[in-house]
Amino acid sequence: MSGHTHNADDRRELQMARSMCWHCQSEMAGEYFCDRCVKVQPVSKDLDYFTCFGLPRRLAIDTQVLESKFYELSRAFHPDFYQNKSDAEQSISLGNSAMLNTAYRTLRDPIQRAEYLLDLEAGSVKDIRTSPPADLFEEILELQETLDEFRESDRSSEHASTLRAKLHTDRTNLEERQRDMEAKLQQLFSRWDALQDRGEATEQARAERTLILKDMRDILSNRTYVKNIVNDLVATIA
Amino acid sequence: MARIVGIDLGTTNSLVAYMDKGTPRVISARHERAMVPSVVALTDNGLIVGDPAKEHLTRNPERTVYSVKRFMGKSLADVQGELAYFPYTLTEKGGVIRIQLGEKSYSPPQISAMILKELKLRAEAFLGESITKAVITVPAYFNDSQRQATKDAGMIAGLEVLRIINEPTAASLAYGLQKKTQGTIAVYDLGGGTFDISILKLKNGIFEVLATNGDTHLGGDDFDQLIADLLLKDIRAQHGLDLSTHPDHMQAVRLQAERAKIRLSEELKTTVSLDLPDGQGRFSRELTRDQLEALCIPLVERSLGPCRLALKDSGLNPTDIDEVVLVGGSTRMPLVRQRVQALFGKEPHCELNPDEVVALGAAVQADILSGGTTDMLLLDVTPLSLGIETMGGVMSSLIRRNTTIPASAKEMFTTYVDGQTGVDIHILQGERELAKDNRSLARFRLKVPPLPAGVPRIEVTFLIDANGILNVMAKDMRTGETQSIEVKPSYGLSDQEVERMIEDSFKFAADDVSARKVIEARLDAGALITTTEKSLTDGGHLVEAEEIAKIRAALSALAAAKEGADPRAIRGRMADLEQAAKGLTVAMLDDSLKQGLQGKKISDVT
Repeated sequence: MSGHTHNADDRRELQMARSMCWHCQSEMAGEYFCDRCVKVQPVSKDLDYFTCFGLPRRLAIDTQVLESKFYELSRAFHPDFYQNKSDAEQSISLGNSAMLNTAYRTLRDPIQRAEYLLDLEAGSVKDIRTSPPADLFEEILELQETLDEFRESDRSSEHASTLRAKLHTDRTNLEERQRDMEAKLQQLFSRWDALQDRGEATEQARAERTLILKDMRDILSNRTYVKNIVNDLVATIA
Repeated sequence: MARIVGIDLGTTNSLVAYMDKGTPRVISARHERAMVPSVVALTDNGLIVGDPAKEHLTRNPERTVYSVKRFMGKSLADVQGELAYFPYTLTEKGGVIRIQLGEKSYSPPQISAMILKELKLRAEAFLGESITKAVITVPAYFNDSQRQATKDAGMIAGLEVLRIINEPTAASLAYGLQKKTQGTIAVYDLGGGTFDISILKLKNGIFEVLATNGDTHLGGDDFDQLIADLLLKDIRAQHGLDLSTHPDHMQAVRLQAERAKIRLSEELKTTVSLDLPDGQGRFSRELTRDQLEALCIPLVERSLGPCRLALKDSGLNPTDIDEVVLVGGSTRMPLVRQRVQALFGKEPHCELNPDEVVALGAAVQADILSGGTTDMLLLDVTPLSLGIETMGGVMSSLIRRNTTIPASAKEMFTTYVDGQTGVDIHILQGERELAKDNRSLARFRLKVPPLPAGVPRIEVTFLIDANGILNVMAKDMRTGETQSIEVKPSYGLSDQEVERMIEDSFKFAADDVSARKVIEARLDAGALITTTEKSLTDGGHLVEAEEIAKIRAALSALAAAKEGADPRAIRGRMADLEQAAKGLTVAMLDDSLKQGLQGKKISDVT
């Protein structure tokens, strides 16, 4: 119960922070700067990265637009331009810049962008997979065995070079799988964007939405799992 | 706003620059080079810096500190392998290296502060105003401790360090300003002691660093050392002499090696020769550019690894790089230019003076901070991943390397045991898997209210500011209370120690001032002796022999005082001499007036 009241307070506080200038206390209409006293305003904590860059919540984004908006906001927030300002403004500039940099890094990368969108839409933190995905189970168990055997082998022996050759093939196969997954993700991204563009509120659209998000989450966590295995493999045979 | 200068605090040389109506310029003292050798020597007249100190490298090697930048933010264990190469004595106190100079020992930031103070004085003399604010450059690959140590040096020198910026990015600012370049550039910066590679995107005045990499222990010094080792081996073979027990001769060999290296950038062969100790003759040998290159190629190759990593991290191929810019004195070596050209597949730019471009860029950044330049903005990155130690001694990364700064990461902490009142946090920097293989930055204890295990929720924010320096804040999510965290740096000076060194520096300043007073008094005394002697020769016939004897006595008294170190005694004897010579001076003046009047009409005089 106490948790509830706390959240409500938090929300009210945020509401206040957003609607009132911290400096002159006037009603805020401007986005990041107060219209009246022109002081920089702290970016609200519940502002999502898409909104921050003025972009729709889509998975295909125009990276040129993203970049130019990033540069524009960097010019607005960067601490370099607040050296002669008050401590309060310097601290807002620092916080806003750090948030902006995180937002840009997240949206610039298609995978991180999708993970972030999934978090926003489904409110779920990324699944961390600890066992191989079903369709790769056998393959990965065998690979682990080969890796162990290789680690214990005498690297100059003929046996080791046979194992190394096998591991190279496994690596190629896994990288192929990773690319497959990325292609599937691309399809899901397009489906997501199309669904959003249609903006239907039907039962069917809702079911489609849930399905896309679920598939996206599964493939993203499988991809991360496979990527980690490949990294481990590359480090071992290097 | 008060003027902010830009300072390149280099391993071998340091420079100060300022912005002159939109153009950055380096400041040189009258009749001197702009470069101040980063050398500090303890002499009988106190501490001296720069060119005069450099002369003491061979004369007084145990009391002459060079390449101090290599020790900034380091512990003795970090530099164990190279201690043998330095003739001065290094010790350690509280995790910070101390350099022994006579009776006293100094931390690397204190030595660096002496160099900074010299630059500050130069800037003040040139600009005719007091300078209290500066932008100082550091190698891009410097870690948090090394940056902090640089900031401390500034404070000790009486400079507020408004920004620490990376050397290759500073160079890109100067380069971009002059060339109006757009596109992707790689800055290859090989200095006296450090190597950096930075890849940047330049677009409409924004300088966005995509990736940076480097080696804080690779530079011209290492080339010199290889040549010196070769010479020492030769001397041993030819003369049966082991010079490693002669610190002054070791320094001479090192200096000869450096000079030979520099000559071989222009010539194909050169001769190295030097006197052997105790009149054992002279050593001489020829060194060709091919021999030098065979010796140095492993070091040059070592710089290419970081270049490839930086390309990989920025997601680019060598062909995506539009321009390659060379910075640092060591890029004058033809071998370096060849290897860089081969890697990137294009001829590198070297029109800008590689020794000055970093200081010029620092001046540009200083102008941005003071609000003069508003169309340029540098977006730099953190060179190393930042993380914390987790269960099992593994490093968990919070802010990845090559993340644009300012950057922040939040981490939630809780307790494992009922009533636990603290959580120990160990902050690390580096790319290795295990905590012990990375750089320990700091440890601190998070205060937690005693509650059942798992109930407390403390959010810790790790923020890397625009200087690349870490700040830590904690907030109790249940009460909303923020906690100030006192971070104890693992390697570095505490705030109190810096405070004390600032106080000490005023004492040194007093020493410096008195040393300066002695020098000035001696100079003035010398001038007075010369003119008085000249007067005796020219006008001795005009006064009585008794008076001449008095003048001679005062002259020898002044000459004796001039040998001492008491400026008041020197000034006192000068006054005595002036008094004794007064009659002579007046007589000579009268005489010259009479001479002048001869042959002239009254009307000409009145």
